[in-house]
Amino acid sequence: MSRITVKVGLASCGVAAGAMEVYHVLEQYQKHGADLNLVQTACIGMCFEEPIVELSGMDLGTISLGKVEAGQIIDFVESYQNGRIPSGNIILADKQEGKHNELLAGQYRIVLRNCGVIDPKSIADYEAHFGYTALRKALTMKPESIVEEVKSSGLRGRGGAGFSTGLKWSLAAKAKGSKKYVVCNADEGDPGAFMDRSTLEGDPHNVIEGMIIGAYAMGADEGYIYCRAEYPMAIHHLKTAIEAAEAKGYLGKNILGSGFNFDLHIKEGAGAFVCGEETALMQSIEGKRGMPTIRPPYPAASGLWGCPTNINNVETWANITWIINKGAAEFRKIGTEKSPGTKVFALAGKIAGSGLIEVPMGIPLRDIIYKVGGGMKTDKPFKAVQMGGPSGGCIPASMLDTIVDYDSINATGAIMGSGGMVVMDSGTCMVDVARFFLNFTQNESCGKCTFCRIGTRRMLEILTRITEGKGALEDIQHLEELATNIINGSLCGLGQTAPNPVLTTLRYFRDEYLAHIEAKHCPAGVCTSLLHYEIIADKCIGCTACSRKCPVTCISGAVKQVHMIDQNLCIKCGACYKACKFEAIRKG
Amino acid sequence: MEQDFSMLDAIISKYRNRSGILIPLLQDVQHTLGYLSKEAMRYVSVQMGIPAADIYGVATFYSMFKLKPQGKHIIRVCKGTACHVSDADGIKEALRSELGLQGDEDTTSDMMFTLMEVACLGCCSLAPVIMVDDTTYGKLNPESIKAILERYGEEA
Repeated sequence: MSRITVKVGLASCGVAAGAMEVYHVLEQYQKHGADLNLVQTACIGMCFEEPIVELSGMDLGTISLGKVEAGQIIDFVESYQNGRIPSGNIILADKQEGKHNELLAGQYRIVLRNCGVIDPKSIADYEAHFGYTALRKALTMKPESIVEEVKSSGLRGRGGAGFSTGLKWSLAAKAKGSKKYVVCNADEGDPGAFMDRSTLEGDPHNVIEGMIIGAYAMGADEGYIYCRAEYPMAIHHLKTAIEAAEAKGYLGKNILGSGFNFDLHIKEGAGAFVCGEETALMQSIEGKRGMPTIRPPYPAASGLWGCPTNINNVETWANITWIINKGAAEFRKIGTEKSPGTKVFALAGKIAGSGLIEVPMGIPLRDIIYKVGGGMKTDKPFKAVQMGGPSGGCIPASMLDTIVDYDSINATGAIMGSGGMVVMDSGTCMVDVARFFLNFTQNESCGKCTFCRIGTRRMLEILTRITEGKGALEDIQHLEELATNIINGSLCGLGQTAPNPVLTTLRYFRDEYLAHIEAKHCPAGVCTSLLHYEIIADKCIGCTACSRKCPVTCISGAVKQVHMIDQNLCIKCGACYKACKFEAIRKG
Repeated sequence: MEQDFSMLDAIISKYRNRSGILIPLLQDVQHTLGYLSKEAMRYVSVQMGIPAADIYGVATFYSMFKLKPQGKHIIRVCKGTACHVSDADGIKEALRSELGLQGDEDTTSDMMFTLMEVACLGCCSLAPVIMVDDTTYGKLNPESIKAILERYGEEA
């Protein structure tokens, strides 16, 4: 038998799905004499199939199995070692049929190229995949040529706003000052977004190497990675990676004999969404309340402790090594004229293939959802996709042919944002979604600007009223007025974009608002106060399943008799609806 | 009676005379004491020479800092978008009723559990998700809550 490699995906999502148990079984198996090379890796992106195990080293080729249970894994390994195709759930394979082979076909991986491939805790593994070759190359270049290369690549900030990275770098490079900082914004706070978590967990060195190159290009000698504390594994992998890079001379004094010095620190966030805004983030690094400050001065002129500072997001930094290694011209071949390169998206919600994908810019939304994302999870039809989190908006089915680039997405009223895509079906209420986001921004508003602090609260109250069936027609006008005032009257991105979820749902799903207000009806059947459950006499066989589940015992009826719901006592919890096996309960 | 906070002295000396350290300092204090009491914040203020108002300002700004004693196990209910559309509210209600929490209580009377909401745990494909201490549980439904809590109840 030849020696095979068994790779287990141990990122947060894999571990939550039970990958650690699978790994422990394999460890024991190895301890008892099995000849195999057991490797840890992070997330390949197919979170919906976790835990995932990849087998390689035999003529059968590489085979990845999904939803592996600890009790099955030894069988799979033994079959593979004996030259037989394992009888499990084969999701990817290079020489065999894998059920998701085509999902990867539509992707192009720059940022995620090593995620789920290498062991993120091994610097040697990163080096074996062209790791730190970009840094070696950069150190032979003049700093201004690096800035020029990034500028001509056309890379735009992947944190959401899409500002030219090269231009940002050139401003920080030209700024006067002997002390400069570079910062990585890893305060990924948008609900529904986990690109940065996966990138840091899966390939931390790529981000670190990008930052060292940026620091060299801009003349900074110190850097910070500001990571949210809710990502313990990302922080752990970063710490391991920084120590290893220091030991190898990629960080610290006189890097690779070039005379260039650079120290990198990790700052853990403490739970405040607004700290994703760059001026608030810097306040937080300085140990203060994370309140945004007025720009100008921009960080490039006066940032951390008053020194010129350049802040980029994780995904932006993760593009740098590829651009330096392969060149700006190569980068421009991918994506569109104004938005070159790729974008990583976190697919979640009612989509079959939830997880992480990286696609070339310019791909239509339809292809992301129906090809790369594998289509809808259930039979319910697609309704909208939410992009950009609390700063973004909902794009309806009629606009699925919109292509993904900064300008086209902005035109819909949503924003590219950091890359969260939450797919919604006919069972999602758009008024409820708008209320959800307003509740979020209202909670997270730092309170500095009056319109953001009080205006979002008023909008939330109106939306809550509408979902409770107490809305009036003029509420829609009030929402629109408040939205405009909040956008104009707020200092930072949080307030300026907070009304977007309401504005886009009003634009594309106004009839749903009207249904809640005029007909006191929630078409998606989500808003509890507007729901009404009744038993369909023709279908009820009197099995008593519903009355036994009802928490307030408001369903009456003897065995084999048609049941009745007492509407005065019903709390609209839906337990009866779920319990009924004969579709005899109508929800409306 | 004056409380004895000498167990904080090692933390304080680690951060003395350094800039931008207030957040990690308070994180360490909270880690040692379980929460930030007014007395503890005053002690840090005097020892470090940082105005108490600045310490209180930071402690109340960030959601991670707790001003009340917390239960032995922390349960975080993810309120991210994907969890929201997958009935995170139902999970929260099931947790509250299983733990017997009334009104705006967030900690059980036996100090075993504290329930809190977090913006997003980043495991959206497993929605709805909760995290008990450092362990994440995904693809939940209200019926699955009881079994999870029992794992933690037994060791008490």
